[in-house]
Amino acid sequence: MTDITTEKARIGAPSAQPFIDGFTEEGESLSPINAGTAGSTAAAPSAGPLAGDSAKSHSHGGGVGIPDSSRAGRLTSYQLADFKPLTGLEEDWRFTPLKRLRGLHSEVLSGAAPAVAVTAPAGVVVETVGRDDKRIGQAGIPEDRVSANAWENFAEATVVTVPAEFEAEGEISVVVTGAGEEASAQHIVIVAERFSKSVVVLEHQGTAIVSENVEIIVEDGAQLTVISLQEWNDNAVHASSQQAKLGRDAKFKHIVVSLGGDLVRVTPSARFTAPGGEAEMFGLYFADAGQHLEQRLFVDHAVANCKSNVLYKGALQGRNAHAVWVGDVLIRKEAEGTDSYEANRNLLLTDGARADSVPNLEIETGLIEGAGHASATGRLDDEHLFYLMARGIPEDVARRLVVRGFLNEIIQQIKVPALEERLTAAVERELAVSDN
Amino acid sequence: MSTLEIKDLHVSIETEQGTKEILKGVSLTIKTGETHAIMGPNGSGKSTLASTIAGHPRYTVTSGSITLDGEDVLAMSVDERARAGVFLAMQYPVEVPGVTMTNFLRTAKTAIDGEAPALRTWTKDVKAAMAQLRIDADFAQRNVNEGFSGGEKKRVEILQLELFKPKFAVLDETDSGLDVDALKVVSEGVNRAHEGGNMGTLLITHYTRILRYIKPDFVHVFVDGQVVEEGGPELADRLEEEGYDRYATGAATIAAAAQA
Ligand SMILES: Nc1ncnc2c1ncn2[C@@H]1O[C@H](COP(=O)(O)OP(=O)(O)OP(=O)(O)O)[C@@H](O)[C@H]1O
Ligand SMILES: [Mg+2]
Repeated sequence: MTDITTEKARIGAPSAQPFIDGFTEEGESLSPINAGTAGSTAAAPSAGPLAGDSAKSHSHGGGVGIPDSSRAGRLTSYQLADFKPLTGLEEDWRFTPLKRLRGLHSEVLSGAAPAVAVTAPAGVVVETVGRDDKRIGQAGIPEDRVSANAWENFAEATVVTVPAEFEAEGEISVVVTGAGEEASAQHIVIVAERFSKSVVVLEHQGTAIVSENVEIIVEDGAQLTVISLQEWNDNAVHASSQQAKLGRDAKFKHIVVSLGGDLVRVTPSARFTAPGGEAEMFGLYFADAGQHLEQRLFVDHAVANCKSNVLYKGALQGRNAHAVWVGDVLIRKEAEGTDSYEANRNLLLTDGARADSVPNLEIETGLIEGAGHASATGRLDDEHLFYLMARGIPEDVARRLVVRGFLNEIIQQIKVPALEERLTAAVERELAVSDN
Repeated sequence: MSTLEIKDLHVSIETEQGTKEILKGVSLTIKTGETHAIMGPNGSGKSTLASTIAGHPRYTVTSGSITLDGEDVLAMSVDERARAGVFLAMQYPVEVPGVTMTNFLRTAKTAIDGEAPALRTWTKDVKAAMAQLRIDADFAQRNVNEGFSGGEKKRVEILQLELFKPKFAVLDETDSGLDVDALKVVSEGVNRAHEGGNMGTLLITHYTRILRYIKPDFVHVFVDGQVVEEGGPELADRLEEEGYDRYATGAATIAAAAQA
């Protein structure tokens, strides 16, 4: 049975109450960000969610009959030249201020890549390898020009392998530290072999202008959590394509936390290649004045009987704080028995902030368990504040309680106590700024 | 002893059809130790009175006053009113996602008392109060009112009443949606809060049922935004038998006479 629901956010308030302003659902109107540039480009259609080694050297043609607007039709290629220069009017760039990419889309990424330091429990294999390592290119093919630019330019890759049936005690920490403002390229591969169990924390800090490809392989029966933390300095620019390929009965949890940086654009994807897989994709972002935090995710239900659940939550405050969330979920014809849900909720804490939220759910078969999406952008609910204040709690404390509670739903998913504490503290710091 | 005094209160709300006057001159004086029942038909403005006392922003006071021991309550913000000792048990308690009961209760208690409660005694007090109201211990870990049944929400309102120890409690239809057992449990909670004689209560209700467990000193009949009759507990018994019908016509007659 097909069950498509568009549920209004709980953070909402009954619209009959005129003193509650805001609570609009942001539409898909063309962002003015890149307007003024002429022409629009539609990506050449291509087929197939993934390709193996043999596909590295060419782009994927075909995809006859797939409309340009379908996620199935997106061009994928390892070659930068296959992607046309960006105008900013492309569907997947229309919300991104290209000028602030600092050349990630237009220049040779020849700067030194941010340093990578891995701390891992004994048994986990950490390697630094060259471009021609055979594990590179197994989980992802670039889907946009910035990602392809990084692919073309990275010098070496860090490969983290969790061996088959290995259950890692404690998390694997991958710290990426930027130390410069020259546009650079980064490549990381995470392999969770069959029936292994692990948590990888990918931390980004310092200052960098970097385009990064993260390939994630979750083999049959493996359970992997990847937490990507963006706590960059204020001037950092970061584009990160994080593509995961899931085997049979694989369980993958992906959590994106974006707090720091001038422009951060994370494009995670989860592709099911065999039945029984489960993907949970969570996100938390807190955009301050002037910050652009973008997340575009893709869940590809290409096979039967897989499950996906997506929830991204963001708070925005200050002038020109901008958050973008685009959630593409594709349930292909073959993907019978799919169960999928995606939601995005934004809290606007001040005027002058903007959240664009676009869920795209494409369903090509009626034989699914369920599929739904929801998107809501609202202000703090005055009824929540009233209830708390009617119990003596001052407004600023009440606001913090509600925002903290709103974001906590994501933090609780991390399940690494030390990290949860750190992020809670980071959110508190962001909130403290808003009290000024 | 404290006094909550409401004088000739006029309140209106903004609706799509324009401004609508709901309270049309309400006067009431409540002293600590007293229980006042306000009874009236649906839509007569009972919740409006309750919410206005608590300071809900939807309601605009156009004239009249509310004072607490002479202090202007209308000049206070919502949280200041609560800290001054006014408590509203809501007819429809709000769900606050993401905020646990434990965190909420401690934060509120800290705000009301001006200092954090001693952790060990506080935890014990909360547990004991929950047990007396037959609220499951695991409710402490749940988010404020989220997914609680109607009856559970009402018990949690009374839990707060017992823990926060206000000077004045406004109970807006706390009895509605409760079965007989729950009604007893909740009434006992209110009576416990009353025991020391340091609390005054404004008990809003539609039915006389709860008055079997909570004895009012005064009964005020509320119709169309006004108090149309006042008396002792015996008035409630009369309402039980006769209903509000005779006031409804009476109020209409008064209104017609005033226009003539
Ligand atoms: N937001 C609103 N828009 C329009 N009318 C409103 C609004 N809120 C309240 N009212 C009206 O104000 C009047 C008083 O409502 P109120 O809730 O105070 O009554 P009540 O006595 O508490 O009723 P009940 O016994 O049903 O709880 C009613 O006629 C109601 O329809
Ligand atoms: Mg009412």
